[in-house]
Amino acid sequence: MEVFLVSLLNGLVYGMLLFMLASGLTLILSMMGVLNFAHASAYMLGAYFAYTISQQIGFWPALVLAPLLCGAIGAAIEMYGLRRVHRNGHIAELLFTFGLALIIEKVVQMTWGLIPVPYRIPAGLDFPLFTVYGTHFPAYRAFMLLISALMFGAIWLGLTRTRIGLVIQAALHHPEMVGALGHNVPRVFTTVFAAGTALAGLAGVIGGNYQVTEPAMAFTMGPIVFVVVVFGGLGSLTGCFIASLLMGLIQTFAVVLDYSLADLLRWLGLTVTSATPFHEVLTVPLPRIGALLPYVLLVLILVFKPRGLMGTRDT
Amino acid sequence: MSADATQRAAQRATLVAAPGFAAFARRYWLWFAAFVAALLLPWLFFDWSTHRHSGFALTMLSEIGLMSVFALSFNMQMGQAGLLSFGHAILFGLGGYVAAHTLNAIKAGTMWLPVELVPLAGGLGGLVFGALFGYVATQQRATAFAMITMGLGELVAACALMFMAFFGGEGGISTDRVTGTSLLGVSYSSSWEVYCLVVVWTAIATMAMRLQTQTPLGRMANAARDNFERAQFVGYDPRMVRFYQFTLSGFFAGIGGGLYAIVYEIVTFDTVAASKSATALLATYIGGAGGFFGPLLGTIVVVLLQSGVSLLSNAWLLYVGVLFIVMVMYAPGGLVGIIAQHAPIARTGRLRELVVPYARILVPGVLSVFGFVLLIELASFTTIGVAQGKAFKIGFHAVDPATAFPWLLGAAALIGGGAWLRLEARGFRTRWDALIADAKAKGAML
Amino acid sequence: MATRIIARIAGVVLSACVAWAGPVMAEGTIKIAYTDPLSGPFAQVGDANLKQMQYILDYINSKGGALGKKFELVPFDNKSQPSDALIALKSATDQNMPFIMQCSGSNIAAALIEAVDKHNSRNPESRIIYVNCGAVATELTNEKCSFWHFRFDAHSAMKAEVMARALPKDVTKVYLLNQDYLFGQSVQRDVKASLAKLRPDVQVVGDELIPLGKIKDFAPYITKIKASGAQALLTGNWGPDMNLLIKAGIDAGVDLRYYTMYAHLAGGAVAIGPGGDGKVRSVQSFNENIAPEIGNKEAEAWTKEFREKYPFDFYAAGFRTIFEYLQEATAKAGAVDPVKIAFALEGLKHKDFLGYETVMRKDDHQLISEYFVGTFKKGVKYDSEKTGLGWATETTVLAKDLEQPTTCKMKRPAAQ
Repeated sequence: MEVFLVSLLNGLVYGMLLFMLASGLTLILSMMGVLNFAHASAYMLGAYFAYTISQQIGFWPALVLAPLLCGAIGAAIEMYGLRRVHRNGHIAELLFTFGLALIIEKVVQMTWGLIPVPYRIPAGLDFPLFTVYGTHFPAYRAFMLLISALMFGAIWLGLTRTRIGLVIQAALHHPEMVGALGHNVPRVFTTVFAAGTALAGLAGVIGGNYQVTEPAMAFTMGPIVFVVVVFGGLGSLTGCFIASLLMGLIQTFAVVLDYSLADLLRWLGLTVTSATPFHEVLTVPLPRIGALLPYVLLVLILVFKPRGLMGTRDT
Repeated sequence: MSADATQRAAQRATLVAAPGFAAFARRYWLWFAAFVAALLLPWLFFDWSTHRHSGFALTMLSEIGLMSVFALSFNMQMGQAGLLSFGHAILFGLGGYVAAHTLNAIKAGTMWLPVELVPLAGGLGGLVFGALFGYVATQQRATAFAMITMGLGELVAACALMFMAFFGGEGGISTDRVTGTSLLGVSYSSSWEVYCLVVVWTAIATMAMRLQTQTPLGRMANAARDNFERAQFVGYDPRMVRFYQFTLSGFFAGIGGGLYAIVYEIVTFDTVAASKSATALLATYIGGAGGFFGPLLGTIVVVLLQSGVSLLSNAWLLYVGVLFIVMVMYAPGGLVGIIAQHAPIARTGRLRELVVPYARILVPGVLSVFGFVLLIELASFTTIGVAQGKAFKIGFHAVDPATAFPWLLGAAALIGGGAWLRLEARGFRTRWDALIADAKAKGAML
Repeated sequence: MATRIIARIAGVVLSACVAWAGPVMAEGTIKIAYTDPLSGPFAQVGDANLKQMQYILDYINSKGGALGKKFELVPFDNKSQPSDALIALKSATDQNMPFIMQCSGSNIAAALIEAVDKHNSRNPESRIIYVNCGAVATELTNEKCSFWHFRFDAHSAMKAEVMARALPKDVTKVYLLNQDYLFGQSVQRDVKASLAKLRPDVQVVGDELIPLGKIKDFAPYITKIKASGAQALLTGNWGPDMNLLIKAGIDAGVDLRYYTMYAHLAGGAVAIGPGGDGKVRSVQSFNENIAPEIGNKEAEAWTKEFREKYPFDFYAAGFRTIFEYLQEATAKAGAVDPVKIAFALEGLKHKDFLGYETVMRKDDHQLISEYFVGTFKKGVKYDSEKTGLGWATETTVLAKDLEQPTTCKMKRPAAQ
């Protein structure tokens, strides 16, 4: 019971962090069809900006300023880069963001150095909130949950209650029609890209001191975010939310469930010895492949339901 | 659509009745010339004083050869069939592992196969795994296909570290190409002999892939890429077209992997990693996915950047990123696209009128590139520190990055060169447009 | 058509330019090729090593180098790819460099040791010695041993023994967590073997392998570890896998002692932070507080100078031992000839700059030297990476206690 409860909490926190990162990417991918490889780079930039700003001013100003900076950079990228590349097709946009990711990583290395920077949890949040069976649950994790829940609420409200939100929703499903109706679709695109990048920056501010802030962090977070977005489905923010939580919980619970295929076979009456073919594969316990389960799920869902969990359209 | 097809059409028109070997030679002289040039190339680097080949040059050229087979096989999916794959390296790497195990079996005596045919074993490995993964991946197309290949790529790469029996874990599978089972009695202990083998196999694989583009399967793949709905009306099942194309590209990727096993005598998990797939994507895109030889050109550029420039600068990744962005924004057809744009002008015979305009933009272009590189290297040097352990040098003059002079020089070169380039570019554009209009008038477009 | 020829000629010219515009180097030096990742996600490893080695070589050269020549380091970026390391090897042998050094990545080391062996047997006129400064897979001095390979860092079985020796008497329950690849699996095996031999009273209550570099959240593992009742966590993890693991443990407030092998490398101190006071230990070949602890003023002054120049610890100061060995062996061989130097190197004894006795064992070309276990705590003379905390030596294991049996059957060339 103890293990279950603690794992549930941890899985939720990790899932919400994934959601913070993936929500921006879902918006961008659904709306513009751009597989933004530079999204995780925006996450990294958010963390680094927050580090520098919190050194100079403080953590709470950083919480507001860093995402704004990232959003501004995103807007600039969209206006001066992506817009030109858009007419060359989706692959060209993808490669543009890929090149961008390489450049951002190098610039970060040159600006802040190669070794991790000491971006720490602010003193005001660095205490255990409550204790679950002897293990602390840090207040900062609760803070992360709070911010991501607020974010989800804000995005949902923004998309459904404001005018620009409705336009964005429409463009998510039928971009050409929205343009034909006379809305300034390029400006909508820029807004969405900037907003998505700002969300990634915010995730970086929160996640950077939870993890380690170093130049390789974009490279390590990148693939799992793509898995979450595609699994959740294009055009659906709720799908993204569910997918993030699912991936977070699966990865967390896989760690505590110490079973393998051999155990399953034993339950069915078949014993696996070292002479059995594929012995290595059959005796792999779940914790060892826990981090790979998202990719297995990705392949499975794409084969059987290519639009993802709750996707409303293809690209 | 592609300049490739138009050139062939023009060729056929002119050679309609020439019989026999003469016709064959005239059509394919370029292939022969390229083959001979490839064999002669290492002699440029031959050290006449010690009578030794440059091992570095031979290995780099072998790398270019085998990576171009890999990139061409990748283009079978991307350029020919419109299937963007993020996990193509798994077919390359798995072919390599199969070839390495084959070589070890030959060495142990449990199997007999001449070393020359070991890449074929790699190819068969790539074919089998291509069929296996292709069965899953080709259920879908476009973005879903790309994501499935990404997932498969990550899975295989992670397995390569975990399972020892086939993958050898982190140390990989090492092998020895000097097995004594050669058809020609060659030992392959020297890099030169290995390089010749690589050149021959690269030529064979390239020719085979070229032929494949002209088979019904290759044509259907093109059709499915261009207009998916209409291609279905032809009657072939588009899913099977994708599947066969994927499997065949796996075969050729496996050949590349087999060559890798022979050249490096060790196959490790990085041959199936995402970074290897990314290299194929980069090479194909830079060279141009539209033309057949695009990946070949792109591989040359990418290998030189990766293994050459990285020895001089640790900012080479940034240059790759910038090159990428510049190509994506201004030359989305890649190098082949740029060359193909000149084809109509060449047909009107007025190509040499572009020499002077090119020279005029080349000078400011080189200047601004020099300024950019200088600034980046200075920044990298001062922040990351002693780059490559060498003192900072421009050409042969040592320069101190702490002074203002090199910074000002770099900034001036970049800004001045850039402004001058804009000026000259306008003139170039006018000349170019005039030539294209002339070509249009003479009917040399198509 | 003609355009394609132009393209190919351009390719030739490009490659010619690159081949000729190689690194500009001074003549008359003893060149040491050094290959490690210098770009990409693991760039900090190679970069930090490079700076430390350059500092040490400046000192060695100031003491005269060897045979009247100075040593020169020639870096090659291998981007964590064995193929690039092999290309670097080719470049090094083309220029008749006598040494190639490599510190990071057992996959690169496995490729290099075989490639060097094959190259030396096929090309006797351009032989090269492989100086291993950090690839710790045990096979390299056992099944895969080679006459041309010299390892200057304790291999994973030796480090595991140091860890077992450092475990205090009151710890009876330990948890093992390692990365799921050759190195991590061998740490797992070696630690269990060492514990069985030296501390049969210790119970291994948990044994875990994690996929390399993929886990972002270690909280569930901490939960498991706590549930098992372990008092100490023994791990060979490095990089983010180590940083995140320790952070998660400290955040959860679990009462656990962490025994690691790589927490002292660049970035570790920053990642652990003040919360790790007194909890984290690392198996190290050197830390900056050893010299003041044993009263060696000369060594202390030398390492202090490094601190003033760079923001990270001088954790690789032990590399000085490597270069001193090379210096002595070259002088003893009387010529810059890899075969002679290799014969001079094996069996060589040397007193390192801290004052401890070391030996380059002839049977398997493994350096046997002293090793330490340091604790990360406040109140030390030299702190790490400006965090206010630093490494204090807790245990010292002498060379004679670290000798391990070897299965190496070395094939030697004819002496010259």
